[in-house]
Amino acid sequence: MIYTQSPLAISLFVVFVLFVLGLSFYLSRRASSADGYYAAGGNIHWATNGIAFAGDYLSAASFLGICGMIATAGYDGWMYSIGYLAGWIVALFLVAEPMKRLGKYTFTDALDSKFNSKAIQLMAAISTLLVSIFYLIPQMVGAGVLVQPLLGLPHWVGVCIVGIVVTLIVATAGMASTTYVQFFKGGMLLIMSTVLVGMVLYRGLSTTPADNNGTPYHDFKTLHADSALVLVEEGYTVVSGLDSAFGKAGFVKLAKDGKESIWSMLKSDTGYTLEETLFVTKMADGTKLFNGSPAEDGQFFPIGHIKELRINGEEVTTTGAVGPLAFLSALKDSTIVLWGKKYVKIDGSTTTIYYQKPTPGSRVLRPGLKFKVDNATGLQKFNFLSLMLALFCGTAALPHILIRYYTVPSQAAARKSTIVAIAAIGFFYVLTLFMGMGAMTNGVINIADNNMSAPLLALSFGFVMFSIISSLAFATVLGTVSGLIVAASGAIAHDLMDNFLGMKMTDRGKVLAGKISAVIIGCIAIYLGIIFEGMNVSFLVGWAFAVAASANLPAILMLLFWSKTTAPGIAASILVGLVSSLGLILVSPDMWVRYGNLPADAPVQFNSPALISIPLSFLALVIVSMITQKGAAVSGAKEAA
Amino acid sequence: MGHGPAVKLGKDDASSYKTRLGVKMFIIYTLVYAAFVGLNATNPKAMETIIFGQTAAVIWGFGLIALALVMALFYNHLCTKAEKQMNS
Repeated sequence: MIYTQSPLAISLFVVFVLFVLGLSFYLSRRASSADGYYAAGGNIHWATNGIAFAGDYLSAASFLGICGMIATAGYDGWMYSIGYLAGWIVALFLVAEPMKRLGKYTFTDALDSKFNSKAIQLMAAISTLLVSIFYLIPQMVGAGVLVQPLLGLPHWVGVCIVGIVVTLIVATAGMASTTYVQFFKGGMLLIMSTVLVGMVLYRGLSTTPADNNGTPYHDFKTLHADSALVLVEEGYTVVSGLDSAFGKAGFVKLAKDGKESIWSMLKSDTGYTLEETLFVTKMADGTKLFNGSPAEDGQFFPIGHIKELRINGEEVTTTGAVGPLAFLSALKDSTIVLWGKKYVKIDGSTTTIYYQKPTPGSRVLRPGLKFKVDNATGLQKFNFLSLMLALFCGTAALPHILIRYYTVPSQAAARKSTIVAIAAIGFFYVLTLFMGMGAMTNGVINIADNNMSAPLLALSFGFVMFSIISSLAFATVLGTVSGLIVAASGAIAHDLMDNFLGMKMTDRGKVLAGKISAVIIGCIAIYLGIIFEGMNVSFLVGWAFAVAASANLPAILMLLFWSKTTAPGIAASILVGLVSSLGLILVSPDMWVRYGNLPADAPVQFNSPALISIPLSFLALVIVSMITQKGAAVSGAKEAA
Repeated sequence: MGHGPAVKLGKDDASSYKTRLGVKMFIIYTLVYAAFVGLNATNPKAMETIIFGQTAAVIWGFGLIALALVMALFYNHLCTKAEKQMNS
């Protein structure tokens, strides 16, 4: 898709970045001590911290990824919202207050509070680093996705801008600036998303999506042909017919006025009905053509429309303004055009064809379009259950979330800030359903990259709304990345250099070490954001959750609730959780594709490892703790003496 | 460097009560969440059933989000009450 850059969007973006940097430099005097840098002095108000939690948590995955997934796969995208929110219950009921009681700057402190063990310090620091880096990838990918329409710059430039700005934020003022940036961003995101949903409901539903800033919705044509593929409509010639690779995949390539197009074939009584598709051809030399033309020609149209709209049992062309429940009810009764995807390979070039799939709304508003749950094999069900487990267990194990418990003054404040977070995040996740379904039916989706669905929905209401929402989405990335970099730099400077290696540093030295670590992590994040371009950001976050849930949560829970837990048990649990989850991800079908292989050839046939790696991590902790009970008892006796 | 909290925390006699309460409420929510996930995995068509004009899936989704908030507020109410009684 081709986007037109708006001076307003660019101005808002620049103003926001300057505001954030100004705030960071202003707050930098609070970050001259280690307490100030890593925990914002531990004096943030619980309500501020709660919204900052929401700012931390509502990352590019939530805003861009979930909305994009709902826009293309309906309810299955919303399953991520439900799973993410459920994870906060684990954080509130089991983790919040003990984390505050036991730790100082990092979650390693809490794990190590009873033992002072080098093994725990090392393993927990490595885990924090790896989980943070895994979580950084989708944020950086999201940044790259955003700057293309916002500033007209390529993906890698967006990644670099975020990397540099965030590294500056963190390196100047650490957790103090990160907290206020998150608070500001979290609050604005909630307000503006509510406004956007209000506009979607006020516009209502229509079988003809509204003009997208003066550009009418593309009229997808239908042609007819007899059984020998002779077309009824004049002017078209068949380029690749039934016997070609396209024909075998259920498509036909036609030409008219020298321009080629691909059509999906539906067999009818008299021959074939042909429906217009969208297609992206990746040539052998790596160049890409969109609907047969370079991207600059603007021939790759935005999609998303309703085929038959029904309200209260009657077929209509438009609903007018509707309430939230009437909006969902009308969608449930209507037929929505979703888009399937197939690949055709010919002589080194690969054509990705997006074809229309009219689907009943009631089918869209229940699971099963993305996740294989209907007539699913055991492995497919396993994959689904494993993902839902990872989402449930991941939140309370994310290092950048856990360190926020150290910025408030008391255990009660830790609890209350979690409840504020649940209210804010839960409300936002309700909004994601309306934003996603709004994008699905308003003709705004870039089907080749659905991450931009929410900002493009805003674009359908004009450049002002688009500029605000895009700048906020960018802020979302900035905020989350800064939180992650604080967590990762704490793991290097506090857990590894200070605690594990026992390096003697002054308070200022510790802050300097944290800042240098932040710069290094920022550079790694930039590199990974560039090489993972094009993957759905929410999907990538699913992996980060799986690694966090496997490596960290078993150790946290067993430390709190099983008195026989030993230091070697905790270290073993983290190691096994990390190795098994990362190992299974690296040999999963989705990674196999990135190595240039076919997904069916991958050694394991599921993408989410949590259902194996979490039990393994628990098992490792129990076995090693049982084996090392004697040593622990002796050590405990010595301590008592 | 020590591992203690960044700020000095007061003694909390309600701590063990809050832990037990948290575990109980966690189990309740987990069972509801597990039922939701299990139903999706074993009988996804049931989620298409219309309840109050919406699909069962939408009702479940809103229900789980609302339940999380209601339980969180109730938990906070009980914890605050316990803190006042036991720490005074």
